[in-house]
Amino acid sequence: MSGILVVAEHRQGVLRPVSLELVSAVQDVRGALGDKVTVAVIGAGARAHQQTLSMAGVDELVFIDTPDAEFDPEVTEAALAALAAEIRPSLVVVPHSVDSMGYAASLAIRNGYGFATDVFGVAADGAAVVATRGGYGQKVNVELEFPGASTVLLALRGGTWKPPVDAASPAARDFAFSAPASRSKNVEFISPPATNDVDMTAKEFILSVGRGVGEEDNIERFRELADTVGAALGCSRPVADSGWLPKSRQIGQSGKTAAQCKLYMAMGISGAIQHLAGMKHVETIIAVNTDPNASIFSVAKYGVIGDMFEIADELEKHFA
Amino acid sequence: MKILVPVKRIAALEEDFEIRDDGRDVDGDFINWDLNEWDDYSLETAMQIKEAAGGEPEVVVVTVGPDDAEEVLRKCLAKGADRAIRVWDDALEGADQLAIARVLAGVAKTEAPDLILAGVQSSDHSHGCTGIALSALLDMPHAAVVAAMTYSAGDAKVRVQRELEGGMLHAVDVSTPAVLTIQLGINTPRYASLRGIKQAAARPIEELSAADLGADFASASRVRRMYVPEKSRAQMIEGSPAEQAARIAEIIREATGA
Ligand SMILES: Cc1cc2nc3c(=O)[nH]c(=O)nc-3n(C[C@H](O)[C@H](O)[C@H](O)COP(=O)(O)OP(=O)(O)OC[C@H]3O[C@@H](n4cnc5c(N)ncnc54)[C@H](O)[C@@H]3O)c2cc1C
Repeated sequence: MSGILVVAEHRQGVLRPVSLELVSAVQDVRGALGDKVTVAVIGAGARAHQQTLSMAGVDELVFIDTPDAEFDPEVTEAALAALAAEIRPSLVVVPHSVDSMGYAASLAIRNGYGFATDVFGVAADGAAVVATRGGYGQKVNVELEFPGASTVLLALRGGTWKPPVDAASPAARDFAFSAPASRSKNVEFISPPATNDVDMTAKEFILSVGRGVGEEDNIERFRELADTVGAALGCSRPVADSGWLPKSRQIGQSGKTAAQCKLYMAMGISGAIQHLAGMKHVETIIAVNTDPNASIFSVAKYGVIGDMFEIADELEKHFA
Repeated sequence: MKILVPVKRIAALEEDFEIRDDGRDVDGDFINWDLNEWDDYSLETAMQIKEAAGGEPEVVVVTVGPDDAEEVLRKCLAKGADRAIRVWDDALEGADQLAIARVLAGVAKTEAPDLILAGVQSSDHSHGCTGIALSALLDMPHAAVVAAMTYSAGDAKVRVQRELEGGMLHAVDVSTPAVLTIQLGINTPRYASLRGIKQAAARPIEELSAADLGADFASASRVRRMYVPEKSRAQMIEGSPAEQAARIAEIIREATGA
């Protein structure tokens, strides 16, 4: 038993906030799984994040310099394998993110780690790691164990733990490894095209439709409903992918965050974690769904089990 | 040239379902099966590369699953895949995604594809890791969550755009052979024609047992317990649609001060 390794994530010079959430995630199992919490930052100029990461709960910061400042899956994997070989952690946590989807499974299978992704609960049973994630479209919880693994790698869901608030002065060091010649080359970042459509991040009342809307012809009806009740019309990803509404209306991980929203009405949206990433913080969420087990009901304040079309017809009458 | 497309039969729960007596999975009687949504997009990507190259590249779909998983392969054949392979062994019951990746690697080693196009994740359990685990076993370069790509059959590299959080894209050149995991929305998947469906029904499906592949299929995790989480925090609005709508109208007025 020799500690816990937390992998920080950054992009374009900015530390991704989930990095600090991971520090909080491991505090409950420290002791059971290892006393020392080491946070690793990988990339050229990694030291720039020292101050942001100097928080309570971190014992040691390790900076791993690489040829590129930005993410490369093969270099990241090699850096972490080398560091893990030195500190032999019983638990390694990374954010469940687009970057980690590019290296975590590879790191785990090459090194014989126990492994699970999109984990939202971390516990210890004796000295063994127990992880909780969702299953079957988040309708059940699944508790996983990792028999025989001396190291377990978990990709943790963002927005689950609160970052630490107190600053601290953890030890800091550099770690050198021999970076492999990567077989991929970073070219550029491309921002989503600017549009003159509405800015969903600024809207206080959003009515979003999901795949339950059925077909493109039905969109108009909900546009009218949104107008009538005074909401901006948003959507889940399949609606945008189908081109029924512009991408600028998509709420969620790869779309917009409903940052200023106070009232969010989700109609015909199942509540996939990537959709929730953009709206679960909203104070008042009303969900309308025909499926009583839809996971959207787990974040909604008010739920209606019913047909979005019927509800739309009835609701309109109140705002005529 | 050859493109390998691993596909998965995903499980959707019926409205009412029960957990199995051993507490480790849902009782199979309450499950409906379908082709994973992401795999529609990876197959379409493969088909477009094939068609752009005049049809020469071979598109091979592979799934790991029992007899009735064949259905998803027929769906892919109906959309134009050239060959379909199904691998199974009863010992794979309860295997995790890394074990599945090991089986797929066995197939990939025999097939020696130039490109492997997997889905980002599956819509039932959303692990998002099988494709990238496979890349490790084959020691192939890889990129995950590819929302756009530029590639012609035979190219030494593929220009991909990884779709990052917030909708930002990251353009990366990946040398081939490579494993890519394909994101929703990268294209518009075709529907199978009636003729395609008819023909697919008569096409052979190559069957392998995991033992034929001679690998070890160790899992990296085991389900300890599956359970329905505590009831949601949503306050349910009961009544007729008219009554429900009346209550929603009230909530809207309260929240917006209108
Ligand atoms: C890397 C990544 C990023 C992603 N980013 C996003 C993102 O930014 N935003 C996003 O939304 N998704 C995103 N997704 C996709 C996400 O995983 C889901 O596929 C998607 O959110 C599902 O959309 P949905 O809820 O509309 O559709 P479904 O999951 O198909 O749900 C439709 C729902 O409608 C209900 N329904 C059907 N008919 C009716 C009716 N008549 N009345 C009422 N209810 C009805 C059904 O019961 C069901 O619950 C991302 C995925 C990945 C892997």
